[in-house]
Amino acid sequence: MSQAPALEVVETKTTGPLVSVTDVYKHFPTGGGFGRGSAVRAVDGVTFDISAGETLGLVGESGCGKSTLGRVIMQLQTATKGSIKFEGRELTKMKGNELRNVRQRMQIIFQDPYASLNPRMTIGDIVGEPLKNYNLGNRRAREKRVQEVMRVCGLNPNFSNRYPHEFSGGQRQRIGIARALVMTPSLVVADEPISALDVSIQAQIVNLLEDLQNEFKLTYLFIAHDLSVVRHVSDRVAVMYLGKIVEIASSRDVYDTPLHPYTKVLLSSIPFADPVLEAQRKPILLKGEIPSPINPPSGCRFHTRCPIAQQICSEVEPPLEKKKEGHLAACHFPGKL
Amino acid sequence: MNPGETLGIVGESGSGKSMTALSILNLVPEPGRISSGQILFKDRDVITMTSGELHEYRGGDVSMIFQDPMTSLNPVLRVGFQIEEAMRAHSRFNSRQAKDRVVPLLERVRIPSPQQRARDYPHQFSGGMRQRAMIAMGLANEPSLLIADEPTTALDVTVQAQILELLKDLNRELGTAIILISHNVAVISSLCSRVMVMYAGRVVEAGPTRKVFDHPEHPYTWSLLRSVPRVDERRHERLVSIEGMPPDLSRLPTGCKFHPRCHFKVDRCHEEEPPLAEVAPEQEARCWVLMRNVSKETREAVKT
Repeated sequence: MSQAPALEVVETKTTGPLVSVTDVYKHFPTGGGFGRGSAVRAVDGVTFDISAGETLGLVGESGCGKSTLGRVIMQLQTATKGSIKFEGRELTKMKGNELRNVRQRMQIIFQDPYASLNPRMTIGDIVGEPLKNYNLGNRRAREKRVQEVMRVCGLNPNFSNRYPHEFSGGQRQRIGIARALVMTPSLVVADEPISALDVSIQAQIVNLLEDLQNEFKLTYLFIAHDLSVVRHVSDRVAVMYLGKIVEIASSRDVYDTPLHPYTKVLLSSIPFADPVLEAQRKPILLKGEIPSPINPPSGCRFHTRCPIAQQICSEVEPPLEKKKEGHLAACHFPGKL
Repeated sequence: MNPGETLGIVGESGSGKSMTALSILNLVPEPGRISSGQILFKDRDVITMTSGELHEYRGGDVSMIFQDPMTSLNPVLRVGFQIEEAMRAHSRFNSRQAKDRVVPLLERVRIPSPQQRARDYPHQFSGGMRQRAMIAMGLANEPSLLIADEPTTALDVTVQAQILELLKDLNRELGTAIILISHNVAVISSLCSRVMVMYAGRVVEAGPTRKVFDHPEHPYTWSLLRSVPRVDERRHERLVSIEGMPPDLSRLPTGCKFHPRCHFKVDRCHEEEPPLAEVAPEQEARCWVLMRNVSKETREAVKT
């Protein structure tokens, strides 16, 4: 029986990016059968890296494929095509024990702190389950570890034999975070970790995630639809539309000098709390509805709703390419809106 | 609230903002009841209205739209018919007029090809369009007040922007007064000229949105404004976190209801509940301390 891992930083033993996603697709077949059916193209050719220690924000509207992408990286769903490397090792080809071992180093936090905790297990058992699952340490060592993680996550360790229903939404989210941290992961995928919480509780969780990152050198993939929160937590930001990344750059570049018209539209849509600034804001209103991911538009997927679309946009798909140092966008007319 | 005014009610879940709205319609769900006080609509008391009067008042004088338009629309009836029904239920328009008004109403809320869309069922509409249809229904009887309870919370940001612009236009064009209930301070800032901040069933601060958001005097308002990140944030500032959680309404703390979570409390806050008092022209706050009396150093210390 091996020892429970200490609550310490386990450095990634690789020089390249922590996560490398190359040309990943995830299609969900819809009906039809016998090869005749079409597919929901949730993720449709996505390439990006996440460096160790950074927070990459992934934003987009509902249905753009951001959660699916998170789940595919975690190998909770298998990619239809493409390569996902974690700490330099290819995940998509891994099976059984090999994948199981890698999974210790990558964890996920879910949106709904009510649905993601088993109501019949105590908090201590929930947080400690990964340790038991991987057969780490003896009972004593595991208990000690659970108490330690609970304390770090702002939970009273004396409550470890209580049940999830006795906790508030914010505390449940802390439990979810503790469960993710108990294995000392290097990558944490946070899928809308605060959107189900009350406003005053959101700040607590955001601050906790920041503190934990500093202390344990965590790398975050932060998936959210709230652009203000994403700016606040992220070093770099990727914007998704209909299964594709349309822009990726440092947080500052994306928010201050967006190049893709969709990013610009998204940013102009967000009201300011400051009434003076808000009075000056001119939202760019999009026409029409988001097209179906079963049959996405030809050329640039955004051309049907883009205020500056030209002929070429409906014919040629713009690749995601470097437009400025460290700033990638998929647009024929970057920065023109 | 004055005719044509836009009022925002902001607060967290359980702060009483939706109950305040339902009280205006005398629709407080059982076993709740309005235990005391008065609600006047054009000098008539809503609480003592007869059921006939209430019928005309609800949906006629004052209408309400909710967060989730799908649960408010009947899935087996065509959208146009449901809007028509809203007018038939009241006596402002005869059945002929009601039928004729459906398409212009859908047009007014900017639903494309309203003629055809009126014949659609709710499931054929997107979330944003359903909310537009709800607004059309809410406006059908030309009410003087529209109450919108978290109308954009379930929607994507680009759709939210469309709905907010629509509400602004309707307020301007039709002069319909709007009460907007939201937990999002930026949404309130976008639409409302006046704001009311609620906590634990009480109004803790009220006044013109600009004044309240620029110079909040209640520590709750101050913390709330600083607990949400700003999309225009240049320098990474730590968010102000309001520790603990909103109080259980059946076991409220003594004194000021916010004191257990307040960063700036004094002894008096534990024992005595402060009244809602004027702190500046048109601005009221329910606090013994007031943010203007808190030094800059003390405020900054909260962030660490």
